Amino acid sequence: SLNCLDWSLLTPATKEMLALAEQVKGRFQGDPSFEYSLSEINAEAAARMIESGKEPVIKEEARLTATIEQIDREVGIIPRGAFVKTPLGSVHENRHFEGLSLVEAKKLSSYFHFTEPVNLKNKTLLEKADLDPSTDFLDSLEHDIPRGSWSIQLEKGGTVVVLRSLLWLGLTFYHVPTTKQFGYAYFGTGEKNLDLPFML
Amino acid sequence: HGPYQLHEPGYGLDQPEYSPYEDEIPDPQARMLAIKNAKAYLLKTSTKSGLNLYDHFANILTKILDEQPTNAVDIIENISKDVKCAQFRKKMDTLRDEYQIPPTSEAAEKCKALFVKEHGEEEEELDEEMGQPTLPNVMETAFYFEQAGVGLSKDESYYILLALKNLINVQPIQTCRFWGKILGLEMNYIIAEVQLQEGEEEEETGEEGEETVEEGEKEMGEAEEDEQKEKEAEPPKSTYKPPPEIPKEANGTGTNKYTYFVCNEPGKPWVKLPPVTPAQIVCARKIKKFFTGRLDAPVVSFPPFPGNEANYLRAQIARISAGTHVSPTGFYQFENADNDEEEGADAYEENPEFEPPPVAEMVESLATWAHHVKSILKQGRCVWINPSQKSEENEEEEEEDEEGEEQQEERGPPLLTLISEDEGMKDIPAWTAQASTNLIPEYSVAILQSNRWPGAYAFASGSKFENIYFGWGHKYSPENHIPELPPPAQAEFPSGPGITETVDPTVEEEMAFKAAQEEALAAAEEGEDDEGEDD
Repeated sequence: SLNCLDWSLLTPATKEMLALAEQVKGRFQGDPSFEYSLSEINAEAAARMIESGKEPVIKEEARLTATIEQIDREVGIIPRGAFVKTPLGSVHENRHFEGLSLVEAKKLSSYFHFTEPVNLKNKTLLEKADLDPSTDFLDSLEHDIPRGSWSIQLEKGGTVVVLRSLLWLGLTFYHVPTTKQFGYAYFGTGEKNLDLPFML
Repeated sequence: HGPYQLHEPGYGLDQPEYSPYEDEIPDPQARMLAIKNAKAYLLKTSTKSGLNLYDHFANILTKILDEQPTNAVDIIENISKDVKCAQFRKKMDTLRDEYQIPPTSEAAEKCKALFVKEHGEEEEELDEEMGQPTLPNVMETAFYFEQAGVGLSKDESYYILLALKNLINVQPIQTCRFWGKILGLEMNYIIAEVQLQEGEEEEETGEEGEETVEEGEKEMGEAEEDEQKEKEAEPPKSTYKPPPEIPKEANGTGTNKYTYFVCNEPGKPWVKLPPVTPAQIVCARKIKKFFTGRLDAPVVSFPPFPGNEANYLRAQIARISAGTHVSPTGFYQFENADNDEEEGADAYEENPEFEPPPVAEMVESLATWAHHVKSILKQGRCVWINPSQKSEENEEEEEEDEEGEEQQEERGPPLLTLISEDEGMKDIPAWTAQASTNLIPEYSVAILQSNRWPGAYAFASGSKFENIYFGWGHKYSPENHIPELPPPAQAEFPSGPGITETVDPTVEEEMAFKAAQEEALAAAEEGEDDEGEDD
């Protein structure tokens, strides 16, 4: 939506959209039907598209969808214990989640990425023995590369813990310890911060 | 059966006569006994924790019936765990309760200090000449920026207001403004831009002067030693002189026009940032690092940054101010009529006859806004200085200095330039202007966002305007940041036959060579004699 009054549904992102959206750099224009000309950006991809019979352009809508999907996938996080996995394999909300304690809330390892785990299998057997399979089935933030790509701060005298992602500048996650409240929101230009390794 | 029976698993109920599903009780007494046994078992206290199962079940059922959670059967284990936890009492002093201070109240104590009004010292110190320091109305600014969708929470704005009030009471300040907030990894920075009263800021210049004087003395000392050593052969002295250090601008002018105070959180003490040097600005342009939140943290980068995080922060503040502080055109005007001279262009004052253009006009065209801070030249200063003029020690060697010292005088855009002349990057304009709302044009506010420094905002409404910055403190570039490459390795002196070492010929070789030469000479003489005879 552009004005909070009229809302339009975005289609889910396809792999093709994701691949193309990575090519486009620069700010978003603000107009969902704006078309980026692909031939300027990447001649090969444009040629491939022409062969397959499509126009070598990317619409901003597609770029927007792909960006949202990327952000959710890469930096969408939840506190540990908020979601549980049943023995059948389905994941659902833990209604008995009481929030993290103050001590736990300051540690990066108590937050997980809310996507398919990638690193879990790489852990040593010793570490795996400590995990609780109902709550520890996702990747923790500790092992994010590059190290230190999250900034964790306590605000309001320690009542709210705020995590900010440095990879996607503008992604903010909040959690009030010992309560059920948590959430994340993105306010920003929609560009990945590829300079992160230089900036740390 | 007697009243005392051995405990058997199943409480004796799985024996054929005592199935729980039978209504007919053949032997009520046996059944009662089984029930008593079961209860006795449940009442048996655990050796570890002092609880017993009977009470525990009773508590669980009470809790469930009180709270009535949905799908209780799924979370029964957690409920059980909670009840057990609730039983646990901390070891307490029997005389007095231990008072544990949660970290929240520690923070609250600090903030409380802000709220305490100082008594007594307020009525004096009102010198008419200096004028009263103006406490910026942070809440009003916050209100306007809220219309733009930018800003901090009301709580935080209020704390900042109180903290600024403290700052004004402590330091001799002429004008003060809330500059903005820069986010950091561990802690954030809240920044206030102030102008100190005159006569208060000369502490810094003394140190720099002393350093250069010391270096001069060292050079003199070395020259004397060298003269004494002339008899010994020395390797040739390097004629490399590092490029002269460009002096920083005096406090009160150019990049150092304002002094900045920072604190991590309102309630913590304000720290003054040191004035910025051109070398720091030039270096800050080349690197891009996150702030950690600690002012004494080193900045590890290439090219190496001259200073620690406090200096880097100050340099970024200077760049942001120079790049994004704008005001409606005509609000400020030059004091002197002619603004061609560089010195005169530094001073501006408010225009008493300023008529604010309507909001719609301010949004439509960028020509209604102008920079009121001088932009920084490539040299790192606002006013260009010729570096080869300054040092008198190098006067004898000036002839040797002719390589590349002829720097072009740099001129930046003059002071009150319209922002419509700011270049964008690729297709991105440098500024984006919006009105806060289309629905209520009478009360809407014109808002300007910078695209070059994401996070810099300015608003204007009538003759009120303000600039502010909330962000990470980095410039925007559509391409990725390319760190400076290390300089190429210096070329060595080319090795040729002139200086290549070779083994000295041995005596035999020399003799042989001499003999061969004499033979050749004799042959040549004979040849000449022959020729002479032929003639």
